[in-house]
Amino acid sequence: MIHMCPDITQNDSFRLPANLPASLQRVNRHEWLSTAQRLRQAGAELVTLWGADDRSRDGCFQMYAAYLTADEVFVVRHALEPTNLTYPDLAGLFPAARRMERAVYDLLGIAAYPRDERSWLRHGGWPETVFPLRKDVDAQRTFPLVSAAYPFVTVAGDGVHEIPVGPVHAGTIEPGHFRFSVVGEKVLRLEERLGYTHKGVAKRFEQLSQHEGHRLAARLSGDTAAAFSWAYCTALESITHVTCPARAVALRALALELERVANHLGDLGAIGNDGGFAFGLTQFSRLKEDLLRANAAAFGARYLLDYIVPGGVAVDVSVSAQRLLLEQCKTLQQVIPMLRTIYDDHAGLQDRLRETGRLEHAIAVELGATGVAARASGIARDLRVNYPWPPYSQLKPSAAVQSSGDVFARVQVRFDEALESLRLCSALLQELPPEPIQTVVPAAEADCLGVGLIESWRGPVLIALETGAQGSIRRCHAHDSSWQNWPLLEYAIMGNIVPDFPLINKSFNLSYSGHDG
Amino acid sequence: MLNTLSRIARTGILTETLPSPDGAACDSTAVQQDIRRILGRALCIRHVDAGSCNGCELEIHALNNPYYNLEGAGIKFVASPRHADMLLVTGPVSVNMEEALLRTYDAVPNPKLVIAIGDCGACGGIFGTSYASRGAVANVIPVDLTVAGCPPTPTVILGGILQLVRPAAGGRVFQETSGSSSESAPTPAAK
Repeated sequence: MIHMCPDITQNDSFRLPANLPASLQRVNRHEWLSTAQRLRQAGAELVTLWGADDRSRDGCFQMYAAYLTADEVFVVRHALEPTNLTYPDLAGLFPAARRMERAVYDLLGIAAYPRDERSWLRHGGWPETVFPLRKDVDAQRTFPLVSAAYPFVTVAGDGVHEIPVGPVHAGTIEPGHFRFSVVGEKVLRLEERLGYTHKGVAKRFEQLSQHEGHRLAARLSGDTAAAFSWAYCTALESITHVTCPARAVALRALALELERVANHLGDLGAIGNDGGFAFGLTQFSRLKEDLLRANAAAFGARYLLDYIVPGGVAVDVSVSAQRLLLEQCKTLQQVIPMLRTIYDDHAGLQDRLRETGRLEHAIAVELGATGVAARASGIARDLRVNYPWPPYSQLKPSAAVQSSGDVFARVQVRFDEALESLRLCSALLQELPPEPIQTVVPAAEADCLGVGLIESWRGPVLIALETGAQGSIRRCHAHDSSWQNWPLLEYAIMGNIVPDFPLINKSFNLSYSGHDG
Repeated sequence: MLNTLSRIARTGILTETLPSPDGAACDSTAVQQDIRRILGRALCIRHVDAGSCNGCELEIHALNNPYYNLEGAGIKFVASPRHADMLLVTGPVSVNMEEALLRTYDAVPNPKLVIAIGDCGACGGIFGTSYASRGAVANVIPVDLTVAGCPPTPTVILGGILQLVRPAAGGRVFQETSGSSSESAPTPAAK
């Protein structure tokens, strides 16, 4: 059989189907590390790590690492020796790898060497001898909970005490545990424990067909639905060589930018509130609600969870809806700058925002910061700008960059990005290409790997989709940028006071569900 | 400061009427009076994310925006389960949140009400039951009402809350003598 896409079981190096330039290289154990060293020196970023149980096909487990170089997404694939289920640890080169390696071990039982032996996603919900993502573990099998204490790193010294927070938090927030070591009000150290919302998404993907996967992708993190479903669909379309109609491409970008605006509005209000300025929450939550209602009128849903589908988008935007959304963008473009002036001129609020939760540029670079947090610490990287895929190649967005790395900088980045997104939305709405909005996506051949990488409102999200026979999903790995950014929060809080934590945390607003999977 | 005041004045009061189970709008003052008569004070709600994708949380956040003006109707979200009359639980219950959910439920004083929010809370949603998910909230703690939707809109969530507490709307009434609401079987989803 002639494969339309490169058969990943046969080739050593090939172009990878993706929405932006991508390639895959097969490496051995030694090259796994030497490639990482070379890429680190060249300034590449580690996007994500994942493993796959290919024992039934290739007789081994595989490890994958996706890097972002100056030109492309570079994926390396390493087949583990069947008798030695370890691979060289990358965390020395890319610190963000550590938690990903722990997650890979919890799900597949293949370990980085050397490794942090504490489990990350497994909290006692399944036995340590069971690795649920292995193909021979029944997806429906459940286990009784056997919870065990988690060995946090302790800080000793005169007057040092711990404050445990979570997993159930005081507000309407996702669950996670924060362990603060403090002296008086000052935070010496924060250690996060995540994984509470782990829902077995990777295993669940394997029970769905290729044409159902986008619905699960959208629910990896409901606030990032457009980005994840676009990443999934573009991975599948790249594998099957499907080009989406121009109108669908424009509407996808519209959905992604509306998602960015809605989330940034929510964050700007919540940050004002946590800074003691309730006016901000009232005003911004009102604007967000207006936008969601415009979404409901235009798309039939407040949140665009099932809007981006394989081959295009689910619903067209009528002429009247187009006008409504344009009007909504115009109003926001007028009101947001007014509120920004109020924020900037409010001495009490600025006192809370400036110099609070600073993330130094050097640490952001060292830890591989992504998205809003990276741009607020002077890293000018935005996939839409640096690796533009359609329609961003025509839209030419600009990246919002700040240098101070504090809560103030993250607020400024959100203001700039919200306004830039509104400009993009208006541009898209004014020149929507003609119909259709969907095309047919055939079932993909087996054993093809495709990648989708999209700049969500938080940062880059990735879907790596490997096809199985008869339209099935063999393996689907989803990655949220929060994996990179959670460790940044541990740095940003150091030396700050405990009461500033909610404010600092909100200024990052990282995903729990997207991270936990 | 003048800018702020002028903005407040220009925004005005946005509060809308509240949804009622029969579809007709109802006045928030009437709801407030009902709640005061039943409880003698505000209805206190504690939200627990038991493994949600964060979609339902966005809509619960929206409930607190000026349009819905929840506190104006005598309903407020509280920071501790010990202060709560009602739990709003979102998500399929992840295995990793099972213990925390049970503990939170136990911490709510009797009598208490539980609403499972969203398709996941109602039936496990797209995540179902697996090594990592217990599925519906009712599989872990007793549930009085489910509110379906992915995510359900703020109006639908609010309709569910009101349906459960307002006797005029056929909802359950808090009975000071009863021990717990846990005997009640889950009721069908509101709209």
